Amino acid sequence: MSILGTRVLRTEDPKFLTTGGVYTEDVVDERLAGACHVFFVRSPVAHARITGIDVSAALAAPGVVAAFTGADLADLPVIPPSMSGLMNAEMKQTLLATDKVRYVGEPVAVVVVEDPYQGEDAIELVEVDYDPLPAVLGFEPDDSSLLFEAAGTNLAGRWGDPAALEADLFDGCEVVVKQTIINQRVAPAPMETRAAAAVWGEDGRLTAWVPNQGAQGTRDDLLERLGLEAGTVRVITPDVGGAFGAKFGADPEHVIVAWVARHLGRPARWTETRYENLIAMTHGRAQQHTITIGGSKDGDVQAYRLEIIQDAGAYPKIGAILPFLTMLMTTGPYKIDKAESVAAVVVTNTTPIGAYRGAGRPEATAAIERAIDLFAVEAGVDPAEVRRKNLLPEFTEPHQTKFGALYDTGNYVAALEKALDAAGYQELRTEQAKRRASGDVRQLGIGLASYVEITGMGDGPASPPTENATVEVHPDGTATILTGTSPHGQGHATAWAMLASDKLGIPVEKITLKWGDTDLIPEGGGTGGSRSLQQGGAAVQQAAEELIEVARERAAAELEANPADLIFDASRSAFAVAGDPEAAVPLTRLAEDERLVVRTVFSAPGATFPFGTHVAVAEVDTETGKATLTRVITVDDAGIVLNPLLCEGQRHGGIAQGAAQAFLEEVLYDADGNPLTTSFADYPFLSATEVPSFELANMETPTTYNPLGVKGIGEAGTIGATPAVQNAIIDAVSHLGVRHIDMPATSRRVWQALQAATTSASENA
Amino acid sequence: MTRIELTVNGEKRSDEVEPRLLLVHYLREVLGLRAANVGCDTTSCGACTVLLDGESVKSCTVLAVQAAGHEVLTAEGLAPEGELHPVQAAFRQNHGLQCGFCTPGMVMAAVGLLRENPHPTEAEVREGLEGNLCRCTGYHNIVRSVLGAAEAEAQVTA
Amino acid sequence: MIPAPFDYAPAESAAHALELLAEHGDDAKLLAGGHSLLPMMKLRLATPAVLIDIGRLDELAGISAEGDELVIGATTRHADLAASELVRAQAPLLAHAAAQVGDPQIRHRGTIGGSLAHADPAADLPMALVALGGSVELQGPGGTRLVSADDFFQGFFETAMEPDELLTAVRVPRRPGVPWGYQKFVRRSNDWAIVGVAALDGRVALANMGPRPLRATAVEEALAAGASPADAARHAADGTSPAEDMHADRDYRMHLARVLTRRALEHQT
Repeated sequence: MSILGTRVLRTEDPKFLTTGGVYTEDVVDERLAGACHVFFVRSPVAHARITGIDVSAALAAPGVVAAFTGADLADLPVIPPSMSGLMNAEMKQTLLATDKVRYVGEPVAVVVVEDPYQGEDAIELVEVDYDPLPAVLGFEPDDSSLLFEAAGTNLAGRWGDPAALEADLFDGCEVVVKQTIINQRVAPAPMETRAAAAVWGEDGRLTAWVPNQGAQGTRDDLLERLGLEAGTVRVITPDVGGAFGAKFGADPEHVIVAWVARHLGRPARWTETRYENLIAMTHGRAQQHTITIGGSKDGDVQAYRLEIIQDAGAYPKIGAILPFLTMLMTTGPYKIDKAESVAAVVVTNTTPIGAYRGAGRPEATAAIERAIDLFAVEAGVDPAEVRRKNLLPEFTEPHQTKFGALYDTGNYVAALEKALDAAGYQELRTEQAKRRASGDVRQLGIGLASYVEITGMGDGPASPPTENATVEVHPDGTATILTGTSPHGQGHATAWAMLASDKLGIPVEKITLKWGDTDLIPEGGGTGGSRSLQQGGAAVQQAAEELIEVARERAAAELEANPADLIFDASRSAFAVAGDPEAAVPLTRLAEDERLVVRTVFSAPGATFPFGTHVAVAEVDTETGKATLTRVITVDDAGIVLNPLLCEGQRHGGIAQGAAQAFLEEVLYDADGNPLTTSFADYPFLSATEVPSFELANMETPTTYNPLGVKGIGEAGTIGATPAVQNAIIDAVSHLGVRHIDMPATSRRVWQALQAATTSASENA
Repeated sequence: MTRIELTVNGEKRSDEVEPRLLLVHYLREVLGLRAANVGCDTTSCGACTVLLDGESVKSCTVLAVQAAGHEVLTAEGLAPEGELHPVQAAFRQNHGLQCGFCTPGMVMAAVGLLRENPHPTEAEVREGLEGNLCRCTGYHNIVRSVLGAAEAEAQVTA
Repeated sequence: MIPAPFDYAPAESAAHALELLAEHGDDAKLLAGGHSLLPMMKLRLATPAVLIDIGRLDELAGISAEGDELVIGATTRHADLAASELVRAQAPLLAHAAAQVGDPQIRHRGTIGGSLAHADPAADLPMALVALGGSVELQGPGGTRLVSADDFFQGFFETAMEPDELLTAVRVPRRPGVPWGYQKFVRRSNDWAIVGVAALDGRVALANMGPRPLRATAVEEALAAGASPADAARHAADGTSPAEDMHADRDYRMHLARVLTRRALEHQT
């Protein structure tokens, strides 16, 4: 029986449970002996000119080795905006702010100390003079106070052309609803903050330990930011305590730690505090949507428009280009004859926006799922029925959307029905009706979200998604896999071992996975965008298969047989002559005289599209507005499931983060651009008491794009949960006249919506 | 500097420390016990949880000097090397960890919880872990792990 | 994240603690469980030069009954208060309040004396003490004095304690079997109250409706005049001017105060 599809426990776990993971701050290495510690002085104002920096008092403090400002880094390249062909090229960033600061938390100076306990003492002594400028915040284009004078505008770029929107798109629609909604700024907040350790060798090479989502990308960023030649940087990836999209590449801080190490000629280390993490790690989401949806009174959706404004924060980074993905997924799983979308990207005096679990796709789903519910209420049709009527019918051949996405396989209606059935949808509506009739203080809301999302997308049509893997079998009966992925909790060490074990017959416990060391694995796409299993895992399986073929030749020589007459029996991990099982040679024997190792590259035809439906059940206390999430039932179909234990874990984690955005978490700024959510006491990071146990229903619609039949599951849970929970809370009070509540649907927002609905009802009476 | 004497994972220790040295840093930097992690600045996340005289505490908000004369138990000390404590085993069995950063603190909080309430309901487990934050698991399998450990202990003592 | 440097002075007795306080004056702070003080010091919102550790003093620990009062030592931890059979029987509102503070780890360290001296208007124990009509024992160079809860909390994180005084014990009336109600409205379970209400025998106390825990006097007067809980609760926000923050504006806080007061009065256990 194959191990694939079974609940193999993680081989990683004993270490994590006892001595703990070895995260960057934990790394003990002789190369880092005598390291100094880097601390950052960060801007306390959102927008200002820097008129002076005085580090003299800091330099005199105990244990201070050095202090640096932007002037010291003047010969390093400036960081261009992401996709500077599409984003305003003047929106550049220096590693340390020089003439201006553009967000609270922007690094302005560096103090280096002998002992980490001296660092906070020392940075307090750095004096920076700021000449404040008006802060620009929010989604309304506002050029009154320019972040980048040379750009002449705070509009970083556009996707699509607003002038090309069709004025008559909704002509003929019996029902039209328009609403502006916010997909609010959230903090990725992985439990491990950012960190770095760096040392330069006598050979002039940099070795950097950095928690990341792809060592190769981090290495390339360090090469570029430090103006170095290829081959001079080695990145080593320790255990990473979560990332969620915010640990790609190298941030200015990582680069500066490396620069300090070179400048001082000694190893340098840095660990970010949670305060720094909440204001200076990239934030997520921050899109405003104007959604317009139209259709017939019986629930047929005929037209949809999505107008996006992306708040990119102070510097255009990954967040500035996410609207491209949002627009790609405009119509999601629905067949809507007429649909269009546009996006504008603005810079504001806030923390830059980066990728955050789902990265552009949750926004698309949240917008259309809100639109579907608004339409359903207006048309007076059950929201499940509206979805049922408008979802694309099942398809097994790739389906091209007019937004440029090629969906591989999909069965959206089946996912909807399965989720509704698992939730007991009719019983829920009955209970809801009962409570409405009795005027119960605690009302029940049922929220749906049907979604499709894009995973494993590669770098675009010209460069299809690929990943490499190397598999080696050792004479002692063990095996090693090298992967270009970069796990940070996903369990690749176990999953990739399962794939190799299945082919080679070597037990999972005897297979070691290596990743994240660019000297060992110079190429790789890392882990993000839910790509790893469908590309990295497929590569491992492919490498194992190719290894068997290499071994076959050796076995044939060994057994003096024709290779075509040999059968590889994975259950024995041996080749045998067909019809003569005694004439056999174990695989490990074939590794004794010459290394038995294969490196391969798996190439996928394109991105895959997992899909599903989430059903959320919420109780709202109509006197206080407080919502309690009581049930979440999901179908998340990401094709064949390799390891149900790991797959469920990804779904759980995604659902929790998605739910958290819907009713709890938000990064807040005051009117001057000062962040208000700068600790876990203020930023309402989801805890165990706010969510129930989740109910997962299973569906596996394979893809044909890889031999495993798998799509990506890492982000799907987040994408479905957010709108399902938001819709549930609104549904709980929709009978009282509430049509929309922005996220997070806090008790205050719900109560205010109830007040407004009551006021408007009495005004209209 | 102040001299402190305490017991950590069953071993007697005597060290000179700065008064402001946090217990979590004493454990990590002086003793090399790095399972407990620092995840926040505001006593919110619980990644630093250890047992002090058998009760769960957040070691980031205890000064090493306050621990003098007391007993500290960390994740490293729960079971002999190469073995897993029933709570650790339950976390593995139920996939109660992903990136692992919150895990040692979560495990110690769970051990403390089960010592005070050996047969918790699901709601009591969630409330009992309200001081421990996790970003990866969504808590579902953590709750399963703690309930699983409780059941396993009940069967052992039954 | 790391406190500013300080000197550490373990007290050998309450009297010794008073000597140290007198010696160091404003430079010193008392350390018991440290779960109000150390978080402030880690954020450098407090930077005392000296910490006087009273956490080990037996004479400040213990819970006992004295006539018609319970006497609770200042260094009694929230977890012990919540679990105490004596307190659960004689002043269950107090045991319940202690069980609401923070999370289990915090309750294993935080003390009643520390919490009351810290005087966070959103906290559980100050509100509970006001509802109970308890008092605190303060020891100073001149002797011991008793201050009622109503007089003890004077402003935003401000109490009647003099800089040279030590809070040694808390006294609460024994009211076994008297119905009480407790409502704590939070965003997440271990947050501070957005609004809190504690009610016992005609006394109603509010948390986070002002700079200190308040008596809802209009509610109390209405109850005394025979109003129903629902009618009396309408007056919960009378005379209050609650702060606005990320959780609530004035209107919402005042609304919550009314709803929670009604629930506290109706859900007496």
